[in-house]
Amino acid sequence: MHHVVVERWSRRSSPLHARDARAKLGALLAFLVAISTTPPQAARAFVAYSALLAVAIVSARLPFQGLLGRAALVLPLSATFAAVTWWSGDPARAIALAVKSFISGLAALLLVATTPLTQLLNALESLGVPRPLILVVQFLYRYLFVISEQAQHMRLAARCRQGLGLDRRSRFYAAAGALGVLFARSWERADGIYRAMLARGFSGRFSPLAPARFGARDFAFLCAAVAASTAIRLAL
Amino acid sequence: MSPVIQVRGLRYRYPDGTQALDGVDFHLDAGECVALFGANGSGKTTFVLHLNGLLDGEGSVEVCGMPVTKDTFVKVRAKVGIVFQDSDEQLFMPTVLEDVAFGPVNLGLSPQKAAERACAALEKVGAAGAIHKAPYHLSSGEKRRVALAGVLVMNPDVLVLDEPTTSLDPPGQRDLVKLLRGLPQAKLLVTHDVEFARALATRAVFFERGRVAGEGTVNEIVQRFSWSRALDE
Amino acid sequence: MHIPDGFLSPAVWATLDLVSVPAVGLLARKAQRDLEDRKIPLLGVMGAFVFAAQMINFPVGPGTTGHLVGGTLLAVTLGPAAAAVVMTAILAIQAFVFQDGGIVVLGANVFNMAIASVLAGYLPYRLWAGSGWRSAAIFAGGVLSVLTSACLALAQLLISGVPMPRRLMLVSLGLFLVSGLIEGAVTLAAVRAIERLNPVWIRSPKDSGSRVLGAVAIAAVTLVAGGVLIASAAPDGIWSLVGKLGLTAQTAPWLHAPLADYQVNGLESAWLRKATAGLFGLVLVYVACFLTGKFIARQRSI
Repeated sequence: MHHVVVERWSRRSSPLHARDARAKLGALLAFLVAISTTPPQAARAFVAYSALLAVAIVSARLPFQGLLGRAALVLPLSATFAAVTWWSGDPARAIALAVKSFISGLAALLLVATTPLTQLLNALESLGVPRPLILVVQFLYRYLFVISEQAQHMRLAARCRQGLGLDRRSRFYAAAGALGVLFARSWERADGIYRAMLARGFSGRFSPLAPARFGARDFAFLCAAVAASTAIRLAL
Repeated sequence: MSPVIQVRGLRYRYPDGTQALDGVDFHLDAGECVALFGANGSGKTTFVLHLNGLLDGEGSVEVCGMPVTKDTFVKVRAKVGIVFQDSDEQLFMPTVLEDVAFGPVNLGLSPQKAAERACAALEKVGAAGAIHKAPYHLSSGEKRRVALAGVLVMNPDVLVLDEPTTSLDPPGQRDLVKLLRGLPQAKLLVTHDVEFARALATRAVFFERGRVAGEGTVNEIVQRFSWSRALDE
Repeated sequence: MHIPDGFLSPAVWATLDLVSVPAVGLLARKAQRDLEDRKIPLLGVMGAFVFAAQMINFPVGPGTTGHLVGGTLLAVTLGPAAAAVVMTAILAIQAFVFQDGGIVVLGANVFNMAIASVLAGYLPYRLWAGSGWRSAAIFAGGVLSVLTSACLALAQLLISGVPMPRRLMLVSLGLFLVSGLIEGAVTLAAVRAIERLNPVWIRSPKDSGSRVLGAVAIAAVTLVAGGVLIASAAPDGIWSLVGKLGLTAQTAPWLHAPLADYQVNGLESAWLRKATAGLFGLVLVYVACFLTGKFIARQRSI
């Protein structure tokens, strides 16, 4: 699966990987806000944003092609909307729509490709995202693949039965039954997890292991990213 | 020598009315390794959940001389380490290091101390290489080792292992036997795997309908309850 | 529909971020109060379940399959606040890990799919779970949840100035309705299958409200979603409606005055005009619902 590639990328090392997740998150937000507020006619600004992003990708030492391909997943949707916009007689806006969504997607991808999800979640938490939500995301990500695998097995089993000539109605109810079983297993798994947590002395509070350090380099990186984004937005 | 676990007249009825345990008497001595046999649904897992207060039935359960009650949960859970059957349920934190450090952090250790102890425990089970991996990317054998490390890191006096050999290949099972032999703790193995029990346990207990139906060496129990796969009787 | 970055105008996403952030904070606190600590892993695992459930295909027509979206199912099993938190977590994972939906527009996506959609999907169940209409309520919840999120997303795009020819809009609305019906059917079938395994998993709301008030509430939700859409698609229509109702005289001065100040930037003023029209449409819908509710309540008390 594709996300595994991104996860592997996130564990590499590079100047960009080494930056604190909060600094990268702040830089990303500044960049995205600058792009979003840029008027569609400012073609030179979009070139400059792309150049800035290219510099970041190079310093992350990640494969250009892989990143671009992954970011292109947004293109079918944005191309559709861009086509409609073009057709409605606003080509500049159409191009801006496609370009904006692609560059933004690529920038977001660069963040997750240089930051392990745990660090990202810790950063979000220290920026004020409620702890229960962070924990739910953490558990969701942990069990996403475990439960998806179960669903995959069920789909395989359903496909094996497909030749039996069942009508659509009974196949519909068979799918509902499978969904029910998947639900039941997930619920029981959650109970098992909670039991395992209690067995290891869980007393109602999760404590993060290592608080990340926000160093001078992180600060410098954040300032540079914000300054560059703002400068492009205002000057071009 | 006083036993590390002493259970007397333990009864438990599930909310749906099933009488899962019906007067269990059991003891486990320090350093001893006991196998717990019994059919599916005979109450083995329910019994195990009483050993550190995850379930609360009638009768008495004592761990290292302490009665298991709400007030002693924290201490008891540090003394009795349970390795559950499904490693995916046991390894719930995002990375191996965080998972193994979960117990010590709950005991009130500083994050740094907890991480140090987690590293030592991972070293002990031979999984130091997995330290920064996500549990999802581990093999079944590695998962079992990491789960064991997560329990050993608490320095328990008793290890309870629920079906530890499921989803392990034969070499993986062999490694687990070697690893467990080297650990000084008292052990309770809940298992269907007679070979595995024979390699480790000095005593076996047989559960039937929520009671202890028999006790003896592994071979005696296997003989008495025809507890084997062999078809030729 | 997950809106990517770059589609919405800054004013739209900034507003929705400002709405969603405190709303999610509030819901997270409520969810934590409703469910004890033990439920944190449960919420995470159920989020993973909804993700995985999308792999299970439901045959719905010749050669076409649908799958569960999940907002309503989560709401009837975990309660609406917890369901909204789980949906928010799902959207966050989709945006950050799978590049499905944008980052600065996350607030908009959360508002559409985690907050409005879950609450709209739960409403019928909340009102009729105790009556003979229970199955219909679950079905209606599924339909409403999908329609609400889709209409809101469409409206936000329109307000942001993404043009949408009338014919295309009708086609999309038709598609939304079909996917809504599929979601309703899938949710109902799933709830029944889950209940057969263990009825405890489906929560019943503490008390059911009156049926009439419920109908008004649902009408309000539907009208608001539709109203936002119509208002943003055809602000001129709303203006002419305003004119016909004879409201122009009172409202025009203070509505027109701010517009005049913004004439410097053509784009900005167009957006503002649309937004004002949209807001006005919303207010109209609310007033209509409020009056109807009052009227019905009075009829009953006589």
